[in-house]
Amino acid sequence: MTAQGSFVEVALESDLKNVEVAEEICRRMASTAGFDESDQHRIEMAVHESMINAIWHGNKNDASKTVWLRFQIYPDRLEIRIRDQGNGFDASRVPNPLADENLLKVSGRGIFLIRTFMDEFRTTYTAGTGTEVTLVKRLTPNNQPKEGGTDREHESHNSSG
Amino acid sequence: MSMKATIRQVDSVTVVDVSGRITLGEGCSQLRDLIRNEVSKGNKHVLLNLADVTYIDSSGIGELVSAYTAVSNQGGSLKLLNLTKKVHDLLQITKLYTVFDVHDDEAKAITSFDKAASA
Repeated sequence: MTAQGSFVEVALESDLKNVEVAEEICRRMASTAGFDESDQHRIEMAVHESMINAIWHGNKNDASKTVWLRFQIYPDRLEIRIRDQGNGFDASRVPNPLADENLLKVSGRGIFLIRTFMDEFRTTYTAGTGTEVTLVKRLTPNNQPKEGGTDREHESHNSSG
Repeated sequence: MSMKATIRQVDSVTVVDVSGRITLGEGCSQLRDLIRNEVSKGNKHVLLNLADVTYIDSSGIGELVSAYTAVSNQGGSLKLLNLTKKVHDLLQITKLYTVFDVHDDEAKAITSFDKAASA
């Protein structure tokens, strides 16, 4: 893993146990970026679902393959890229899980949740390289910790005293 | 923390106290096996207590749907108890909140099975 300034890059073995590793990195980066707890969880869920897609569907649960992640903090957003070594997929062809005929289906909600929780979701496929998804969450006054009583503010008071 | 489940019988209702993560892999397969086992024993009234579920993903939601369908197909009913805010929000987002019968009081949830059976 490399960490420099406002980004973290990591290459993980394609194993479901590494989903929680990605979640942990995500939590830290989303917190550092300044998102409130609620959006930290939403971003974490989007990363979780993307990791599942990369490991399970992209890399076919083949532990000899790799999932590559990059978390980059910008002043106005957190951008996350996740790349597998699979054969790609067409996100536009994923059925709408909210349609009446799909409501009781067991699978097919992962992409929907990613789209719901993030501001941008893009996929690119490059032959020989794999599928890369890009997730973007923008910082707004509404998704940063409220003033008054936050841990960060409390620490600030302590350090100034 | 992986998923854990303990089963207790309250009157005619099988209450399953679930804790931990219901996610793709072990968590989902454990829940699937447990529900199949209860259905095969003829237990048709199942109440899933999700109070201590710390994390559920799209596969976990799918597993709840699968459990609901499995019990319903046997003429029974599966209900949910004590949703955390995160699980509640996910069921709202996925439009499943209206599919499941959701309770926040165990005694009332238990009684609701009797009412449904005698209706």
